Amino acid sequence: MPRPDGRRASSAEGADQPVGHAAVEAAWRLEWPKLVAALTRLVGDIDLAEDLAQDALVAALDEWPRRGVPPRPGAWLMVTARHRALDRLRRDRVLAGKYAQLGPELLNEVPGTGDSSESESPIPDDRLRMIFTACHPALPAPARIALTLRLVGGLTADEIARAYLVPTSTIAQRIVRAKRTIAKEGIPFAVPEGPDLARRLDSALDVICLIFTEGHAASTGDRWLRLDLVEEGLRLARVVAGLMPDQPEAHGLAALLELQASRVRARTTAEMPLVRLDDQDRSAWDQLLIRRGFLALQRAHTLNTRLGNPPGRFALQAAIAAEHAIARTPEHTNWTRLARLYAVLAERFPSPVVQLNRAVAVAMAEGPGRGLALLENVADHGQLEHYHLLHAVRGDLLARLDRFDEASTEFGRAAALTANASEQRLLRERAAGCDAKGRTTR
Amino acid sequence: MRFLLMVQTPAGASEPTADGQELAAGMAALLEEMAQAGVLLDAAGLRPVEEAVRVKLAHGEQTVVNGPFAESKEFVGGYCLLQARSMDEAVQWARRFLSLHRGDWKMAMEIRQLDAPA
Repeated sequence: MPRPDGRRASSAEGADQPVGHAAVEAAWRLEWPKLVAALTRLVGDIDLAEDLAQDALVAALDEWPRRGVPPRPGAWLMVTARHRALDRLRRDRVLAGKYAQLGPELLNEVPGTGDSSESESPIPDDRLRMIFTACHPALPAPARIALTLRLVGGLTADEIARAYLVPTSTIAQRIVRAKRTIAKEGIPFAVPEGPDLARRLDSALDVICLIFTEGHAASTGDRWLRLDLVEEGLRLARVVAGLMPDQPEAHGLAALLELQASRVRARTTAEMPLVRLDDQDRSAWDQLLIRRGFLALQRAHTLNTRLGNPPGRFALQAAIAAEHAIARTPEHTNWTRLARLYAVLAERFPSPVVQLNRAVAVAMAEGPGRGLALLENVADHGQLEHYHLLHAVRGDLLARLDRFDEASTEFGRAAALTANASEQRLLRERAAGCDAKGRTTR
Repeated sequence: MRFLLMVQTPAGASEPTADGQELAAGMAALLEEMAQAGVLLDAAGLRPVEEAVRVKLAHGEQTVVNGPFAESKEFVGGYCLLQARSMDEAVQWARRFLSLHRGDWKMAMEIRQLDAPA
């Protein structure tokens, strides 16, 4: 990639050298989420805040190429945007009436709010307010995702649309409608307090988890575009953990996503769109992300211990992912510990998929018979009847108990239920294998 | 994309000393900001080059040389590993790092993208 400003940079200040448009835009982009969040707090309207940020970009494009990127671009943009806001208020009477209270506030605000030097102040970072506004439960899930990527992640509607394989207009409309709902419902631009905080944080973390999963679980579309969503999800999880260092579940989610992301490269090969954990080349696991995952998990654990809280659902899932991460080979996996973790997860946050995973862990730790017994409990509820993995797991356990006829039926059912061709082929092979063994043992 | 940002200082250059505390505080704040932006993967400062050791290979012969190294014009004093969306973004972080050094500093930040699929 060519240098954005086409010159050799060595000056510490850099203020006396020319700067290209790309450099201005990169600096502006980096500041954009903070800038829009701070302006939204000031003017109480996301659209107006975005307009003002745009004004600041125009000013920067005019001034920075001549005078260089200022040492604190964020502060410069904020001061500029604030002046533009005042200009607009003076010119526009309608706007002035709407924002009558704003004039003094715009002037009194200490310049450079949101700058790193003030990160220790007890006032919550404006980006946090933005996260809680964008993830407000009054908004439908797709709107929350689009708003979070746009306003917190700083992606354009076009970039979001490309990642989600939908037309840009779809995302643009979603964002417009969501902003309208925020205005109409009077959704506050604030970090919730008291008992509300835990619930709202939970829903914000869910949004980030969904963004990551969309990229991680992608079975269709351009692999590289989908990996963008993995990166953005991880980035957002790190942002929230960084902004809310006292919240164990923020670190729990960060831990889970770091650990999941550590396997991304091993998860897909040229031949296989989805490589199972046991078959992955573990040397391709990203040790840096694993280390970061453990660190985040440690933080979650320390905070939970200090608060006297049991581990949250993300921390528990991260602990499970961590257990796999430390096993050098599949044979080194500590299934006893995994079975215990799944038991806790199933008890505190019950779901059929968790029960299914628990059955697998128990089968590995205590034998296929015990696993099968647990599996029948899940199957009795009927919720996973159409989930191919339920049948694949049952087939596997039955085969290990030498009940080949039943196993073959289950593998056949699983194959019929999956849309993934390579998985289907594997399942049919296993069904045929069971048929052959069934004949010889009969 | 991952980028390695290496801080390079000219050999034998004396550092302006006046703003030591301010610099340290600024550095800590910048690292915090990088973490809060979700871009910081790892960072560390390195022990003085006088303590460094270089193991060289030439014509099949290995030699061990103690620092400081006469042949080097500059040396790496620290690094930062970032997860950024583009080289442009990495450049912006480098600029901010350099901007912390008020006064007559002479240094450079070399940015290299890691050669890895993700």
